[in-house]
Amino acid sequence: VLIHLPIADLPVNIFLILAMGLAIGFISGMFGIGGGFLMTPLLIFIGISPAVAVATVSTHIAASSFSGALSYWRRRALDPQLASMLLAGGFLGTASGIWLFTLLRRLGQIDLTIGVSYVLLLISVGALMSYEGVHAIWRSRQGRPAELRRAGSHAWFHALPFKVRFKQSRIYVSAIPVLAIGFLMGFVGAIMGIGGGFLLVPMLIYLLRVPTNVVIGTSMVLTLVTMTTATVLHAATNHLVDAVLALILMVGGVVGAQFGARAGQGMRSERLRLMLGLLVLAVGVRFAVDMVVAPIDPFSIRIAGE
Amino acid sequence: VTVRTHTLVIVALLAAVASETPVHAERLVASLSTHRVSITSNFTGAELVLFGAIERDAASVSRRGGYDIIAMVIGPRQTLVVRRKERVAGLWVNAGSRTFVDVPSYLATLSTRAPATIAAVETLRRLQIGPSYATEDVFRAAVLRLKAQRRLYADGANAVTFLTPTLFRASILLPADVPVGCYDVDVKLFADGAMIARTSSALDIVKDGFEQFVATAAREHGLAYGLASAAMALMTGWLASVVFRKD
Repeated sequence: VLIHLPIADLPVNIFLILAMGLAIGFISGMFGIGGGFLMTPLLIFIGISPAVAVATVSTHIAASSFSGALSYWRRRALDPQLASMLLAGGFLGTASGIWLFTLLRRLGQIDLTIGVSYVLLLISVGALMSYEGVHAIWRSRQGRPAELRRAGSHAWFHALPFKVRFKQSRIYVSAIPVLAIGFLMGFVGAIMGIGGGFLLVPMLIYLLRVPTNVVIGTSMVLTLVTMTTATVLHAATNHLVDAVLALILMVGGVVGAQFGARAGQGMRSERLRLMLGLLVLAVGVRFAVDMVVAPIDPFSIRIAGE
Repeated sequence: VTVRTHTLVIVALLAAVASETPVHAERLVASLSTHRVSITSNFTGAELVLFGAIERDAASVSRRGGYDIIAMVIGPRQTLVVRRKERVAGLWVNAGSRTFVDVPSYLATLSTRAPATIAAVETLRRLQIGPSYATEDVFRAAVLRLKAQRRLYADGANAVTFLTPTLFRASILLPADVPVGCYDVDVKLFADGAMIARTSSALDIVKDGFEQFVATAAREHGLAYGLASAAMALMTGWLASVVFRKD
């Protein structure tokens, strides 16, 4: 069944879009990530212009992360206190990110910078997570307990002042690394146009030692706030949000996210981390291949201002 | 009365001179099967028919080579940015770019046979019939190639067919992602390597119904549209979490 999209200006198959929403929604609910880094390339692949894809994906992710966040909230598996502190850092990060983006754009180096740093980020985060996941699974196979929250293994930043107790997460850490992580998320998000859930989840787990189940719910709150803001900003400034496309995507997405969240809850956390690690790594390698292999057509056209 | 008659004669003469075809008596008439295409939610492209006739009178000389038609359908102009990927330090990145202003968003050149065999290249160039002639500019070539891939530029060398010696028709194919706006349809009649008559028509491609409502809202009320989209997202998310609630 084909439907013509009002903003993207091309017809798409409703069932294909629903299936895409469902699949990405499942992944997003399972790992607590927005899934924008998967959905945006998919939409571009089926012919939607990159600018419309980025803007519309933010609307879609707002819906699936809200649905996910609500179900984690009901299970008390999210930490609003941690989320709000991360957000505070995030707003500062977004502002600085946009500033750097404008600067790089003026220098004409934006494409190379974004392309290379995106690939490096995906590959290094993916490789680290996969390695850690394999290590943890191997460890538990040997009968030793998973040592995620090693008592007394304090990193240097645990010695920083302004300690805060996060009740839901059951951690007692300095506010500085929490704000810094939030800042980094906002910064990276503004430059690369990604929600950055796939970065936040490992950082909260490995650096702040927040329990995995709380991490996912908390990450969803962050994704929800940034993506809702992004929707409004994209619509107000560039007029590129395709509400019809977003609606079809989100119907698939929220259903997928519900099943994904349930599947994620029933899964061993080290296995979950390994799978997310491999997924991130695969996307990174995919982009790297794109940059190294000669393109079929080195030329591309777009309408000025889009 | 005589003064008035003289004026009329002069006006008629001026008109004949202005139309550049004072000695040829052929007249060209053409029309489209529709002058308005609406893009609604179920739009998957459209096919229009251009049809026309050559009117001859007693003064018309016989044309040994027969008649040829070249019709051009030209979409609204747009500014295009063409980017080229180049290898920088082993990586393929967008390195060079060129901006083209006033490029037709859609361009179909329909003719009875290849334009190069209808008239001399110089004549075609002067009449701005293209873009099929070769270009050495790689960026310009990229525009033509990429537009053709998306079926927004089409060359139909045999697209115009004569039903009778003076009656012709041609199909105009509009792809599903055809840009909205006002299109010019320009029809030229050739005989013996020269243009002897021309006529034009217009075509409006507009969004209609729900499509138009959404597009207008997005363009003219961006903030409200964004807030509504965000509200829709939150509603959908909330609904799903209620529907799928376990307890």
